[in-house]
Amino acid sequence: MTNIVIIGGGQAAGQAVASLRQEGFEGKIDLIGEEPSLPYQRPPLSKAYLSGALEASKLLVRPEKFYQDRDVATHLGSPVKHISPQERTVTVGETEFSYDKLLIATGGRPRKLTLPGSDLSGIHYLRTLQDVDNIRAHMATAKNLCIVGGGYIGLEVASVAVTLGVTVNVLEMESRILQRVTTPFMSDFYHQLHTERGVHIHTETTCQGFRGQSGKVSHVLCGNQEIEADLVIVGIGIIPNIELAETAGLACDNGILVDDHCKTSDDNIFAAGDCTNHPNALLNRRLRLESVPNAMDQARTAATNMLGGDKTYATVPWFWSDQYDLKLQMLGFSQDADAAVLRGDPGTRQFAQFYLSEGKIIAVDAVNSPKEFMVAKQLHGVAVSPEDLANLDVDLKSLVPST
Amino acid sequence: MPSVKFIEHNGTEHVVDGTNGDSLMMIATSNLVPGIDADCGGECSCATCHVLVDASWVDKLAPATETEESMLDLNPDRESNSRLSCQIPMSDELDGIVINLPEFQY
Repeated sequence: MTNIVIIGGGQAAGQAVASLRQEGFEGKIDLIGEEPSLPYQRPPLSKAYLSGALEASKLLVRPEKFYQDRDVATHLGSPVKHISPQERTVTVGETEFSYDKLLIATGGRPRKLTLPGSDLSGIHYLRTLQDVDNIRAHMATAKNLCIVGGGYIGLEVASVAVTLGVTVNVLEMESRILQRVTTPFMSDFYHQLHTERGVHIHTETTCQGFRGQSGKVSHVLCGNQEIEADLVIVGIGIIPNIELAETAGLACDNGILVDDHCKTSDDNIFAAGDCTNHPNALLNRRLRLESVPNAMDQARTAATNMLGGDKTYATVPWFWSDQYDLKLQMLGFSQDADAAVLRGDPGTRQFAQFYLSEGKIIAVDAVNSPKEFMVAKQLHGVAVSPEDLANLDVDLKSLVPST
Repeated sequence: MPSVKFIEHNGTEHVVDGTNGDSLMMIATSNLVPGIDADCGGECSCATCHVLVDASWVDKLAPATETEESMLDLNPDRESNSRLSCQIPMSDELDGIVINLPEFQY
Protein backbone atom coordinates (compact mmCIF):
# COMPACT_ATOMS: atom_id res chain seq x y z
CA MET A 1 0.00 0.00 0.00
CA THR A 2 1.43 3.37 -0.98
CA ASN A 3 -1.26 6.08 -0.94
CA ILE A 4 -3.60 7.20 1.80
CA VAL A 5 -5.92 10.14 1.27
CA ILE A 6 -7.67 11.89 4.16
CA ILE A 7 -10.63 14.14 3.46
CA GLY A 8 -11.18 16.65 6.24
CA GLY A 9 -9.10 19.06 8.24
CA GLY A 10 -10.40 18.67 11.77
CA GLN A 11 -9.15 16.80 14.80
CA ALA A 12 -9.94 13.34 13.45
CA ALA A 13 -7.96 14.11 10.28
CA GLY A 14 -5.05 15.54 12.28
CA GLN A 15 -4.94 12.56 14.62
CA ALA A 16 -5.15 10.10 11.73
CA VAL A 17 -2.07 11.64 10.11
CA ALA A 18 -0.13 11.33 13.37
CA SER A 19 -1.29 7.77 14.04
CA LEU A 20 -0.46 6.61 10.51
CA ARG A 21 3.09 7.89 10.79
CA GLN A 22 3.39 6.66 14.37
CA GLU A 23 2.42 3.17 13.22
CA GLY A 24 5.17 3.24 10.66
CA PHE A 25 3.32 4.02 7.43
CA GLU A 26 5.91 5.47 5.06
CA GLY A 27 3.76 5.93 1.97
CA LYS A 28 2.15 9.08 0.63
CA ILE A 29 -0.41 10.91 2.76
CA ASP A 30 -2.61 13.58 1.20
CA LEU A 31 -4.60 15.64 3.69
CA ILE A 32 -7.37 17.49 1.86
CA GLY A 33 -9.17 20.07 3.96
CA GLU A 34 -11.92 22.47 3.04
CA GLU A 35 -10.89 25.02 5.65
CA PRO A 36 -7.79 27.16 5.05
CA SER A 37 -6.19 26.09 8.35
CA LEU A 38 -4.23 23.01 9.33
CA PRO A 39 -6.16 20.78 11.76
CA TYR A 40 -6.96 22.70 14.93
CA GLN A 41 -8.80 22.18 18.19
CA ARG A 42 -12.43 23.24 18.07
CA PRO A 43 -13.42 23.06 21.76
CA PRO A 44 -11.58 26.28 22.73
CA LEU A 45 -13.38 28.20 19.97
CA SER A 46 -16.44 28.79 22.14
CA LYS A 47 -14.32 29.15 25.29
CA ALA A 48 -10.76 30.44 25.67
CA TYR A 49 -10.32 31.50 22.04
CA LEU A 50 -13.59 33.45 22.01
CA SER A 51 -12.62 35.24 25.22
CA GLY A 52 -9.19 36.10 23.80
CA ALA A 53 -7.30 34.08 26.42
CA LEU A 54 -5.85 31.74 23.81
CA GLU A 55 -4.18 32.77 20.56
CA ALA A 56 -4.83 31.11 17.20
CA SER A 57 -1.37 29.54 16.90
CA LYS A 58 -2.05 27.57 20.09
CA LEU A 59 -5.12 25.98 18.53
CA LEU A 60 -3.22 23.90 15.98
CA VAL A 61 -3.32 20.20 16.81
CA ARG A 62 0.26 20.02 15.59
CA PRO A 63 2.50 22.77 14.21
CA GLU A 64 3.05 23.30 10.49
CA LYS A 65 6.57 21.92 10.75
CA PHE A 66 5.16 18.56 11.84
CA TYR A 67 3.49 18.03 8.46
CA GLN A 68 6.62 19.08 6.58
CA ASP A 69 8.93 16.91 8.66
CA ARG A 70 6.67 13.90 8.29
CA ASP A 71 6.22 14.36 4.58
CA VAL A 72 2.45 14.92 4.66
CA ALA A 73 1.07 16.73 1.62
CA THR A 74 -1.53 19.20 2.86
CA HIS A 75 -4.11 20.64 0.48
CA LEU A 76 -6.00 23.29 2.40
CA GLY A 77 -8.93 25.39 1.28
CA SER A 78 -9.65 22.50 -1.08
CA PRO A 79 -13.24 21.27 -1.18
CA VAL A 80 -13.52 17.75 -2.56
CA LYS A 81 -15.90 17.46 -5.51
CA HIS A 82 -16.19 13.73 -5.84
CA ILE A 83 -15.09 10.33 -4.55
CA SER A 84 -14.97 7.42 -6.97
CA PRO A 85 -14.76 4.14 -5.02
CA GLN A 86 -14.46 2.17 -8.29
CA GLU A 87 -11.47 4.16 -9.55
CA ARG A 88 -10.23 4.76 -5.99
CA THR A 89 -9.82 8.46 -6.67
CA VAL A 90 -10.77 11.72 -4.99
CA THR A 91 -11.35 14.76 -7.17
CA VAL A 92 -10.50 18.30 -6.08
CA GLY A 93 -11.08 20.90 -8.79
CA GLU A 94 -9.30 19.48 -11.83
CA THR A 95 -6.92 17.35 -9.76
CA GLU A 96 -7.37 13.66 -9.06
CA PHE A 97 -5.80 11.95 -6.05
CA SER A 98 -5.45 8.16 -6.12
CA TYR A 99 -5.79 6.18 -2.93
CA ASP A 100 -5.30 2.68 -1.67
CA LYS A 101 -7.20 3.59 1.48
CA LEU A 102 -9.33 6.65 2.08
CA LEU A 103 -10.38 8.23 5.38
CA ILE A 104 -13.43 10.47 5.40
CA ALA A 105 -13.34 12.86 8.35
CA THR A 106 -15.59 15.60 7.09
CA GLY A 107 -17.18 16.46 10.43
CA GLY A 108 -20.37 18.46 10.54
CA ARG A 109 -21.73 21.88 9.81
CA PRO A 110 -24.07 24.04 11.86
CA ARG A 111 -27.77 23.59 11.26
CA LYS A 112 -28.95 26.85 9.72
CA LEU A 113 -32.09 28.85 10.30
CA THR A 114 -34.14 29.72 7.26
CA LEU A 115 -36.42 32.33 8.72
CA PRO A 116 -37.41 35.83 7.61
CA GLY A 117 -34.34 37.99 8.05
CA SER A 118 -31.91 35.15 8.74
CA ASP A 119 -29.50 36.48 6.10
CA LEU A 120 -29.07 39.85 7.86
CA SER A 121 -25.53 40.68 8.84
CA GLY A 122 -24.70 40.18 12.51
CA ILE A 123 -26.19 36.68 12.58
CA HIS A 124 -23.47 34.10 13.14
CA TYR A 125 -22.94 30.37 13.50
CA LEU A 126 -20.06 28.86 15.45
CA ARG A 127 -18.07 25.96 14.11
CA THR A 128 -14.87 27.20 12.51
CA LEU A 129 -11.98 29.45 13.40
CA GLN A 130 -13.21 31.88 10.75
CA ASP A 131 -16.68 31.91 12.37
CA VAL A 132 -15.17 32.87 15.72
CA ASP A 133 -12.88 35.50 14.22
CA ASN A 134 -16.01 37.08 12.71
CA ILE A 135 -17.84 36.85 16.03
CA ARG A 136 -14.94 38.36 17.95
CA ALA A 137 -14.80 41.30 15.56
CA HIS A 138 -18.51 41.94 16.26
CA MET A 139 -18.35 41.16 19.97
CA ALA A 140 -15.91 44.00 20.63
CA THR A 141 -18.64 46.56 19.96
CA ALA A 142 -21.78 44.51 20.61
CA LYS A 143 -24.19 45.61 23.32
CA ASN A 144 -26.92 43.01 23.00
CA LEU A 145 -26.16 39.44 22.13
CA CYS A 146 -29.00 37.03 21.48
CA ILE A 147 -28.13 33.34 21.43
CA VAL A 148 -30.56 31.04 19.65
CA GLY A 149 -30.32 27.60 21.24
CA GLY A 150 -29.60 26.69 24.85
CA GLY A 151 -27.07 23.93 24.24
CA TYR A 152 -23.46 23.76 25.41
CA ILE A 153 -22.10 25.95 22.62
CA GLY A 154 -24.68 28.65 23.29
CA LEU A 155 -24.15 28.57 27.04
CA GLU A 156 -20.37 28.67 26.73
CA VAL A 157 -20.70 31.73 24.50
CA ALA A 158 -23.14 33.26 26.99
CA SER A 159 -20.64 32.85 29.82
CA VAL A 160 -17.87 34.54 27.83
CA ALA A 161 -20.06 37.37 26.57
CA VAL A 162 -21.77 38.27 29.83
CA THR A 163 -18.37 38.28 31.52
CA LEU A 164 -17.22 40.81 28.90
CA GLY A 165 -20.14 43.03 29.88
CA VAL A 166 -22.46 42.28 26.96
CA THR A 167 -26.19 41.91 27.63
CA VAL A 168 -27.07 38.31 26.80
CA ASN A 169 -30.42 36.71 25.99
CA VAL A 170 -30.68 32.96 25.32
CA LEU A 171 -33.68 31.54 23.47
CA GLU A 172 -34.53 27.89 24.01
CA MET A 173 -37.45 26.19 22.27
CA GLU A 174 -37.78 23.41 24.84
CA SER A 175 -38.97 23.69 28.41
CA ARG A 176 -35.39 23.68 29.74
CA ILE A 177 -31.89 24.42 28.50
CA LEU A 178 -29.64 21.44 27.63
CA GLN A 179 -32.75 19.28 27.30
CA ARG A 180 -31.28 17.12 24.53
CA VAL A 181 -28.08 16.37 26.42
CA THR A 182 -28.65 16.25 30.16
CA THR A 183 -31.01 15.67 33.05
CA PRO A 184 -33.50 18.20 34.49
CA PHE A 185 -31.26 18.44 37.57
CA MET A 186 -28.27 19.66 35.56
CA SER A 187 -30.46 21.90 33.40
CA ASP A 188 -31.76 23.59 36.56
CA PHE A 189 -28.26 24.01 37.93
CA TYR A 190 -26.99 25.71 34.79
CA HIS A 191 -30.16 27.77 34.38
CA GLN A 192 -29.68 29.15 37.88
CA LEU A 193 -25.96 29.71 37.38
CA HIS A 194 -26.44 31.74 34.21
CA THR A 195 -29.35 33.68 35.65
CA GLU A 196 -27.25 34.68 38.65
CA ARG A 197 -24.53 35.91 36.32
CA GLY A 198 -27.04 38.09 34.51
CA VAL A 199 -27.90 36.00 31.44
CA HIS A 200 -31.59 36.19 30.47
CA ILE A 201 -32.81 32.72 29.57
CA HIS A 202 -36.13 32.33 27.76
CA THR A 203 -37.37 28.74 27.61
CA GLU A 204 -40.29 27.57 25.45
CA THR A 205 -39.38 30.44 23.19
CA THR A 206 -39.03 29.89 19.47
CA CYS A 207 -37.12 32.24 17.23
CA GLN A 208 -39.42 33.16 14.35
CA GLY A 209 -37.26 35.59 12.46
CA PHE A 210 -35.16 38.71 12.60
CA ARG A 211 -35.68 42.38 11.98
CA GLY A 212 -32.92 44.73 10.93
CA GLN A 213 -31.86 48.12 9.69
CA SER A 214 -29.64 48.75 6.68
CA GLY A 215 -29.02 45.04 6.30
CA LYS A 216 -27.91 44.61 9.89
CA VAL A 217 -29.81 42.68 12.54
CA SER A 218 -31.46 44.75 15.28
CA HIS A 219 -34.11 42.46 16.78
CA VAL A 220 -34.90 38.79 17.18
CA LEU A 221 -38.59 37.99 16.78
CA CYS A 222 -40.23 35.37 18.96
CA GLY A 223 -44.00 35.29 19.32
CA ASN A 224 -45.24 38.57 20.69
CA GLN A 225 -41.78 39.46 21.87
CA GLU A 226 -39.00 41.33 20.12
CA ILE A 227 -35.57 41.04 21.67
CA GLU A 228 -33.04 43.73 20.91
CA ALA A 229 -29.88 42.24 19.42
CA ASP A 230 -26.99 43.70 17.47
CA LEU A 231 -25.28 40.31 17.50
CA VAL A 232 -26.93 36.91 17.13
CA ILE A 233 -25.26 33.54 17.50
CA VAL A 234 -27.22 30.49 16.45
CA GLY A 235 -26.32 27.18 18.05
CA ILE A 236 -29.05 24.69 17.21
CA GLY A 237 -27.05 21.62 16.37
CA ILE A 238 -24.89 20.03 13.75
CA ILE A 239 -25.62 18.29 10.46
CA PRO A 240 -23.07 15.59 9.61
CA ASN A 241 -21.26 16.15 6.32
CA ILE A 242 -22.21 12.95 4.53
CA GLU A 243 -22.98 14.21 1.03
CA LEU A 244 -19.67 13.10 -0.53
CA ALA A 245 -20.05 9.65 1.00
CA GLU A 246 -23.68 9.37 -0.04
CA THR A 247 -22.96 10.38 -3.63
CA ALA A 248 -20.17 7.82 -3.71
CA GLY A 249 -22.72 5.16 -2.81
CA LEU A 250 -21.58 4.54 0.77
CA ALA A 251 -24.24 3.47 3.25
CA CYS A 252 -25.40 6.44 5.34
CA ASP A 253 -28.09 6.89 7.96
CA ASN A 254 -27.78 9.93 10.21
CA GLY A 255 -24.05 9.86 9.52
CA ILE A 256 -21.73 7.69 7.47
CA LEU A 257 -22.33 4.13 8.62
CA VAL A 258 -19.16 2.48 9.89
CA ASP A 259 -18.49 -0.77 11.73
CA ASP A 260 -16.58 -1.06 15.00
CA HIS A 261 -13.35 -0.88 12.97
CA CYS A 262 -14.39 2.50 11.51
CA LYS A 263 -14.80 0.92 8.08
CA THR A 264 -17.60 2.09 5.80
CA SER A 265 -19.60 -0.12 3.45
CA ASP A 266 -16.59 0.05 1.08
CA ASP A 267 -13.57 -2.01 2.18
CA ASN A 268 -11.10 0.69 1.16
CA ILE A 269 -12.90 3.60 2.77
CA PHE A 270 -12.89 4.42 6.47
CA ALA A 271 -14.55 7.26 8.35
CA ALA A 272 -13.96 8.92 11.71
CA GLY A 273 -15.35 11.67 13.91
CA ASP A 274 -18.55 13.70 13.94
CA CYS A 275 -19.58 12.51 10.47
CA THR A 276 -19.89 8.85 11.49
CA ASN A 277 -22.72 6.75 12.79
CA HIS A 278 -20.94 3.96 14.63
CA PRO A 279 -21.75 1.00 16.85
CA ASN A 280 -20.77 1.08 20.51
CA ALA A 281 -20.67 -2.41 21.98
CA LEU A 282 -20.30 -1.09 25.54
CA LEU A 283 -23.59 0.78 25.23
CA ASN A 284 -25.21 -1.68 22.86
CA ARG A 285 -26.39 0.87 20.31
CA ARG A 286 -25.31 2.99 17.38
CA LEU A 287 -24.22 6.57 18.01
CA ARG A 288 -23.48 9.74 16.14
CA LEU A 289 -21.43 11.93 18.45
CA GLU A 290 -20.23 15.49 18.37
CA SER A 291 -17.17 14.86 20.45
CA VAL A 292 -13.42 15.41 20.29
CA PRO A 293 -12.42 12.28 22.26
CA ASN A 294 -14.58 10.25 19.88
CA ALA A 295 -12.93 11.86 16.86
CA MET A 296 -9.44 11.16 18.21
CA ASP A 297 -10.22 7.58 19.18
CA GLN A 298 -11.91 6.74 15.92
CA ALA A 299 -9.01 8.29 14.01
CA ARG A 300 -6.54 6.07 15.86
CA THR A 301 -8.73 3.03 15.24
CA ALA A 302 -9.15 3.83 11.55
CA ALA A 303 -5.41 4.44 11.10
CA THR A 304 -4.50 1.06 12.59
CA ASN A 305 -7.09 -0.75 10.53
CA MET A 306 -6.25 1.03 7.26
CA LEU A 307 -2.75 -0.37 7.72
CA GLY A 308 -4.13 -3.88 8.06
CA GLY A 309 -4.44 -3.98 11.83
CA ASP A 310 -7.36 -5.20 13.88
CA LYS A 311 -8.44 -2.54 16.35
CA THR A 312 -11.96 -2.31 17.71
CA TYR A 313 -13.48 0.97 18.78
CA ALA A 314 -15.36 0.75 22.07
CA THR A 315 -15.17 3.68 24.48
CA VAL A 316 -17.69 5.18 26.83
CA PRO A 317 -18.34 8.66 25.41
CA TRP A 318 -17.27 11.62 27.49
CA PHE A 319 -17.56 15.36 27.08
CA TRP A 320 -16.60 18.54 28.84
CA SER A 321 -17.83 22.11 28.99
CA ASP A 322 -16.26 25.20 30.55
CA GLN A 323 -18.62 27.93 31.69
CA TYR A 324 -17.41 30.77 33.95
CA ASP A 325 -15.05 29.16 36.45
CA LEU A 326 -16.89 25.85 36.30
CA LYS A 327 -15.49 22.81 34.61
CA LEU A 328 -18.14 20.26 33.77
CA GLN A 329 -16.96 16.77 32.86
CA MET A 330 -19.53 14.26 31.68
CA LEU A 331 -19.27 10.56 31.03
CA GLY A 332 -21.84 8.15 29.61
CA PHE A 333 -25.52 8.67 28.96
CA SER A 334 -27.55 9.63 31.99
CA GLN A 335 -30.87 8.97 30.24
CA ASP A 336 -30.30 5.23 30.68
CA ALA A 337 -30.22 5.53 34.48
CA ASP A 338 -32.75 4.21 36.97
CA ALA A 339 -31.20 6.06 39.91
CA ALA A 340 -29.13 9.15 40.61
CA VAL A 341 -26.75 9.80 43.50
CA LEU A 342 -25.58 13.28 44.40
CA ARG A 343 -22.13 13.72 45.91
CA GLY A 344 -21.41 17.18 47.28
CA ASP A 345 -23.52 20.30 47.44
CA PRO A 346 -24.50 22.11 44.23
CA GLY A 347 -24.58 25.31 46.30
CA THR A 348 -20.80 25.10 46.62
CA ARG A 349 -20.44 24.73 42.83
CA GLN A 350 -18.48 21.57 43.41
CA PHE A 351 -20.49 18.37 43.12
CA ALA A 352 -21.06 15.29 41.05
CA GLN A 353 -24.28 13.64 40.05
CA PHE A 354 -23.69 9.93 39.50
CA TYR A 355 -26.18 7.91 37.48
CA LEU A 356 -26.75 4.22 38.13
CA SER A 357 -28.55 1.45 36.33
CA GLU A 358 -29.23 -1.73 38.29
CA GLY A 359 -26.74 -0.52 40.87
CA LYS A 360 -23.91 0.04 38.39
CA ILE A 361 -22.35 3.39 37.51
CA ILE A 362 -23.27 4.30 33.93
CA ALA A 363 -22.79 8.07 33.84
CA VAL A 364 -21.65 11.12 35.76
CA ASP A 365 -21.97 14.88 35.53
CA ALA A 366 -19.07 16.29 37.54
CA VAL A 367 -18.84 20.02 38.23
CA ASN A 368 -15.42 21.14 39.41
CA SER A 369 -15.00 17.53 40.55
CA PRO A 370 -12.35 15.89 38.39
CA LYS A 371 -11.84 13.10 40.87
CA GLU A 372 -15.48 12.06 40.65
CA PHE A 373 -15.23 12.13 36.86
CA MET A 374 -12.15 9.89 36.94
CA VAL A 375 -13.90 7.46 39.30
CA ALA A 376 -16.80 7.11 36.90
CA LYS A 377 -14.39 6.63 34.01
CA GLN A 378 -12.72 3.77 35.82
CA LEU A 379 -15.83 2.26 37.40
CA HIS A 380 -18.18 2.46 34.44
CA GLY A 381 -20.43 -0.58 34.52
CA VAL A 382 -19.27 -1.52 38.03
CA ALA A 383 -21.67 -1.87 40.96
CA VAL A 384 -20.99 0.53 43.82
CA SER A 385 -22.70 1.37 47.05
CA PRO A 386 -24.83 4.51 46.56
CA GLU A 387 -24.24 5.38 50.22
CA ASP A 388 -20.46 5.37 49.70
CA LEU A 389 -20.78 7.46 46.57
CA ALA A 390 -22.85 10.08 48.36
CA ASN A 391 -20.69 10.15 51.47
CA LEU A 392 -17.99 12.82 51.24
CA ASP A 393 -16.13 11.12 54.09
CA VAL A 394 -15.57 8.07 51.90
CA ASP A 395 -12.44 8.52 49.80
CA LEU A 396 -13.42 7.61 46.24
CA LYS A 397 -10.04 6.05 45.78
CA SER A 398 -11.09 3.28 48.15
CA LEU A 399 -13.85 2.29 45.70
CA VAL A 400 -11.40 1.64 42.87
CA PRO A 401 -9.85 -1.81 43.00
CA SER A 402 -6.07 -1.43 43.12
CA THR A 403 -4.11 -2.95 40.26
CA MET B 1 16.19 25.48 22.02
CA PRO B 2 15.63 23.50 25.23
CA SER B 3 15.31 19.75 24.83
CA VAL B 4 13.30 17.02 26.54
CA LYS B 5 14.16 13.37 26.91
CA PHE B 6 11.05 11.18 26.84
CA ILE B 7 11.58 7.56 27.80
CA GLU B 8 8.88 5.10 26.74
CA HIS B 9 7.80 2.35 29.09
CA ASN B 10 9.80 -0.13 27.01
CA GLY B 11 12.95 1.97 27.43
CA THR B 12 12.98 3.66 24.00
CA GLU B 13 14.37 7.17 24.33
CA HIS B 14 13.28 10.23 22.35
CA VAL B 15 15.33 13.40 22.71
CA VAL B 16 13.38 16.25 21.12
CA ASP B 17 13.61 20.03 21.00
CA GLY B 18 10.84 22.13 22.48
CA THR B 19 9.74 25.72 22.25
CA ASN B 20 9.50 27.73 25.46
CA GLY B 21 5.88 28.08 26.51
CA ASP B 22 4.73 24.91 24.75
CA SER B 23 3.58 22.19 27.12
CA LEU B 24 5.48 18.94 27.43
CA MET B 25 2.34 17.28 26.06
CA MET B 26 2.48 19.41 22.88
CA ILE B 27 6.19 18.74 22.50
CA ALA B 28 5.60 14.99 22.79
CA THR B 29 2.66 14.82 20.37
CA SER B 30 4.34 17.14 17.86
CA ASN B 31 7.27 14.76 17.75
CA LEU B 32 5.21 11.56 17.58
CA VAL B 33 6.45 10.36 20.94
CA PRO B 34 4.10 7.45 21.67
CA GLY B 35 2.34 6.95 24.99
CA ILE B 36 0.55 10.27 25.36
CA ASP B 37 -3.04 10.44 24.13
CA ALA B 38 -3.98 13.99 25.16
CA ASP B 39 -7.62 13.51 24.23
CA CYS B 40 -8.74 16.91 25.50
CA GLY B 41 -5.97 18.83 23.78
CA GLY B 42 -4.42 20.27 26.91
CA GLU B 43 -7.32 21.53 28.98
CA CYS B 44 -6.63 19.38 32.02
CA SER B 45 -9.91 17.58 31.37
CA CYS B 46 -8.97 14.00 30.56
CA ALA B 47 -5.76 12.88 32.33
CA THR B 48 -4.55 10.99 29.25
CA CYS B 49 -1.19 12.77 29.16
CA HIS B 50 0.08 11.30 32.42
CA VAL B 51 3.88 11.22 32.78
CA LEU B 52 6.40 10.43 35.50
CA VAL B 53 8.94 13.21 35.94
CA ASP B 54 12.49 12.06 36.67
CA ALA B 55 13.10 12.54 40.40
CA SER B 56 15.92 15.04 39.91
CA TRP B 57 13.60 17.40 38.00
CA VAL B 58 10.49 17.29 40.17
CA ASP B 59 11.50 20.23 42.35
CA LYS B 60 12.11 22.47 39.35
CA LEU B 61 8.41 22.34 38.38
CA ALA B 62 5.62 24.55 39.64
CA PRO B 63 3.40 22.41 41.85
CA ALA B 64 0.27 20.80 40.41
CA THR B 65 -3.00 22.72 40.72
CA GLU B 66 -5.86 21.24 42.68
CA THR B 67 -7.58 20.13 39.47
CA GLU B 68 -4.50 18.39 38.16
CA GLU B 69 -3.91 16.78 41.55
CA SER B 70 -7.48 15.44 41.63
CA MET B 71 -7.22 14.06 38.11
CA LEU B 72 -3.99 12.28 38.97
CA ASP B 73 -5.13 10.93 42.29
CA LEU B 74 -7.31 8.27 40.75
CA ASN B 75 -4.76 7.08 38.24
CA PRO B 76 -3.87 3.45 38.99
CA ASP B 77 -0.25 4.13 37.94
CA ARG B 78 0.04 7.19 40.15
CA GLU B 79 3.47 7.79 41.69
CA SER B 80 4.81 10.64 43.78
CA ASN B 81 6.40 12.10 40.61
CA SER B 82 3.23 11.84 38.48
CA ARG B 83 2.17 14.90 36.50
CA LEU B 84 -0.09 15.76 33.58
CA SER B 85 2.25 16.84 30.81
CA CYS B 86 -0.24 19.38 29.42
CA GLN B 87 0.24 21.37 32.63
CA ILE B 88 4.02 21.74 32.36
CA PRO B 89 5.20 24.57 30.12
CA MET B 90 8.68 24.29 28.64
CA SER B 91 11.31 26.80 29.74
CA ASP B 92 15.09 27.23 29.64
CA GLU B 93 15.25 26.01 33.24
CA LEU B 94 13.81 22.69 32.09
CA ASP B 95 16.39 22.17 29.33
CA GLY B 96 17.32 18.49 29.44
CA ILE B 97 14.36 17.37 31.58
CA VAL B 98 13.80 13.62 31.67
CA ILE B 99 10.24 12.34 31.42
CA ASN B 100 9.20 8.71 31.80
CA LEU B 101 6.04 7.52 30.10
CA PRO B 102 3.62 5.09 31.72
CA GLU B 103 2.58 1.89 29.97
CA PHE B 104 -1.06 2.95 29.68
CA GLN B 105 -3.18 6.07 29.73
CA TYR B 106 -6.59 5.75 31.40
